[in-house]
Amino acid sequence: MIPELGQLALTFALAFSIILGIVPLLGSFTANERALLVAKPLASAMFVFTLIAFCALSWAFYHDDFTVLNVANNSSSLLPWYFKLTAVWGSHEGSMLMWVMILALWTAAVGFYSKGLPLLMQGRILGVMGLINIGFIAFSLFMSNPFERTLPFFPVEGSDLNPLLQDYGMIIHPPLLYMGYVGFAVSFAFAIAALIGGKFDSTWARWARPWTLAAWLFLTLGIMLGSWWAYKELGWGGWWFWDPVENASFMPWLVGTALIHSLAVTEKRGTFKSWTVLLALGAFSLSLLGAFLVRSGVLVSVHSFAADPERGVFLLIFLLIVIGGSLLLYASRMHSVRSQARYEIFSREVMLWGNNVFLLTATLVVLLGTLFPLVHKELGLGSISIGEPFFNQMFYYLNIPFALLLGLGPWVRWKQQKAAPLLKPMALVAVFSLVVALGTMAATQSITANLALLGLLLGAWVGVSALMEVYQRLQQFGSLSQGVAKLQASHYGMTIAHIGFAVMIVGIAMTLTYSEERDVRMEIGDRVVLAGYEFELQDVYKLNGPNYGGEAAELDVRRIDGTYVTHLHAEKREYTIQRMMMTEAAIHARLSRDLYVSLGEALPGNAWAIRVYVKPFVRWIWLGGLLMSLGALIALLDKRYRRKSPNAEAAHA
Amino acid sequence: MQPRRKKRLLSMVLVLGLIAGAIGAMLFALQQNINLFYTPGQLIQGLGEGKIKPDVGQRLRLGGMVVPGSVSRDATSLKVSFDLTDDSGEIATVEFEGILPDLFREGQGIVAQGVLKNATVLAATEVLAKHDEEYMPPEVAEALKGIRHVPPSQLPVQPTATNSYGG
Repeated sequence: MIPELGQLALTFALAFSIILGIVPLLGSFTANERALLVAKPLASAMFVFTLIAFCALSWAFYHDDFTVLNVANNSSSLLPWYFKLTAVWGSHEGSMLMWVMILALWTAAVGFYSKGLPLLMQGRILGVMGLINIGFIAFSLFMSNPFERTLPFFPVEGSDLNPLLQDYGMIIHPPLLYMGYVGFAVSFAFAIAALIGGKFDSTWARWARPWTLAAWLFLTLGIMLGSWWAYKELGWGGWWFWDPVENASFMPWLVGTALIHSLAVTEKRGTFKSWTVLLALGAFSLSLLGAFLVRSGVLVSVHSFAADPERGVFLLIFLLIVIGGSLLLYASRMHSVRSQARYEIFSREVMLWGNNVFLLTATLVVLLGTLFPLVHKELGLGSISIGEPFFNQMFYYLNIPFALLLGLGPWVRWKQQKAAPLLKPMALVAVFSLVVALGTMAATQSITANLALLGLLLGAWVGVSALMEVYQRLQQFGSLSQGVAKLQASHYGMTIAHIGFAVMIVGIAMTLTYSEERDVRMEIGDRVVLAGYEFELQDVYKLNGPNYGGEAAELDVRRIDGTYVTHLHAEKREYTIQRMMMTEAAIHARLSRDLYVSLGEALPGNAWAIRVYVKPFVRWIWLGGLLMSLGALIALLDKRYRRKSPNAEAAHA
Repeated sequence: MQPRRKKRLLSMVLVLGLIAGAIGAMLFALQQNINLFYTPGQLIQGLGEGKIKPDVGQRLRLGGMVVPGSVSRDATSLKVSFDLTDDSGEIATVEFEGILPDLFREGQGIVAQGVLKNATVLAATEVLAKHDEEYMPPEVAEALKGIRHVPPSQLPVQPTATNSYGG
């Protein structure tokens, strides 16, 4: 009964989205105030009904209702209750419903927080959101119905949740990622609404900025969490695989980052207008492309859902309508937009333009590397794969000028900057960076010109520069204590996010250079020494979990001099229902290094294959991501985003 | 030409040049990193209409079904070698040192990536099998159309010790 209610609720939500997609948009052309006023309640109603649908599916999962096909395929009565609930978004159908629910949530949120927007703008933005909602709700309802029944012959036991997804990281990774993906729909709707109206002033950019920041914040957190999950759950000790699905989430992130910076120019200086709009369209289009790549089965990856060509075709058509329609509108409107402001070659505008160029080149690299194998195969040239070295090499070369620019950028003024006043502070930053980088290398006793040194130099350059810039900015307010209170939140946010980037560069470079890994054959009592740590295999025994069996290994870790460091417990689980093997790595994490052990297969002669890693600074990668998100959060709290726009009243009248 | 237009033209040319250069560099890097996929039959008889055989020392991916009974382990290290086959009946050998993926089993389709050591032997740096028991890499499935894929659960002997005591 409840699943049927869920389906009914979803049908109602579809009806609301259709009205929302039509009435306010039409009303905006006929200046019909009543038509515009229905947008907000419609958005809320749509959200409430998708939420009901989502809760209905969760109820079915919680109560092991195996008459629902989706539950039978993705859950089992043996699962702990929290994994039963997270299994809701463990399948294609369930995660699509979650996607729909989150999209409706963003729509309702825009309605709720748009009091400062002119009514006309409000109606158009919500109307565009409604149109996007139609596509996804229809997809969920007609192409991937999560409430489909197995009646009359239903199984007594479900076939269990994919063991890869039975992890705490997985509980929040998809919701965060979807919040990010779908959040760019708001930027997209803002851009379309502005295109329809033909007005791109700095107020428009000020409205669009917090929404873009919010979406970017969630996407960053989602990607970081995914990377951390892969690190601990896949048992290879890697944190980024250039897997097509990772790439699919990385592309909107890159364009979203470019968009945040470009929006700053549009808000502050009223230029880069058409460029900003194009980026807003691009970020959401790439989100959709990601959804298509993951859900159509054209790509092979650990993440992809079961292939279904029909779904792929639906998503492809939707993708083409969204991209084609928005570009058509863009082409017809944008030629008349002129930016008035002038700026010189050495100005913040050009610095941010440089930022955009590098970020978009990076996007192009990822896009090319992800789609090239597809094209190659379709042309009948044989199947190929693009090796990790391609991406690593390209990002290596792109990162160097990008980081150099990033260190300099915040110091440069709008419009025009004379070189002379910057020479002194930049020289100071350079000296500090050298001291920090070489000091760290000296502390770890390995001064060679390698990737780690380069990473440290670039990281220190960005980090030191960001700190000194904010210090200098604070002093301009008279005294430091006065400055701390007066400086805008968005400036703090920027500084923290830039430091996060620096931390991440250092983490990546150090991990890549100094990680030591070894696959060894060990019998009980054997010892292996790696990077100054001695690992001793003490015991291997059988495991008895609620829905899995397998083996567990116990290891002691000591330093070379004999001081005890930690005890490690690694597991190799075999999930009984899906008969699937899973590696649960043992990790001892510190800021300066991770000890990582995973248990491999049993070998002849009472021995086991064991993988041992020492990974210096690997935590810094995720710490950097967290700092970037924190920066976005702080920037989001900036007071000026909550100021009511002066023309809002005029539009109401 | 007006000086402003001239300036704009110059910057346009500069930007276009940069983009062209970047794309060129990208395609070059891409070329260096393409790993062509072969099955044992294609490796030995040649790939495509031209019957092109890869050179010794070339990086490539080799995919096929692990020949049951061919997995042999070194007694003291993690060195392992096994044979792959496809519907052509040709057999190629893969040598690997390290931990095989959780779902590596005899009779299962796998993909190995590495460098060709001689005409029929691949020195693999990576062995891939997806985390799913019924799974066969699509490239392998396509190449193996003739051979019926036997899910590991139906195989008479379970090669890994973990399975031998049944979980």
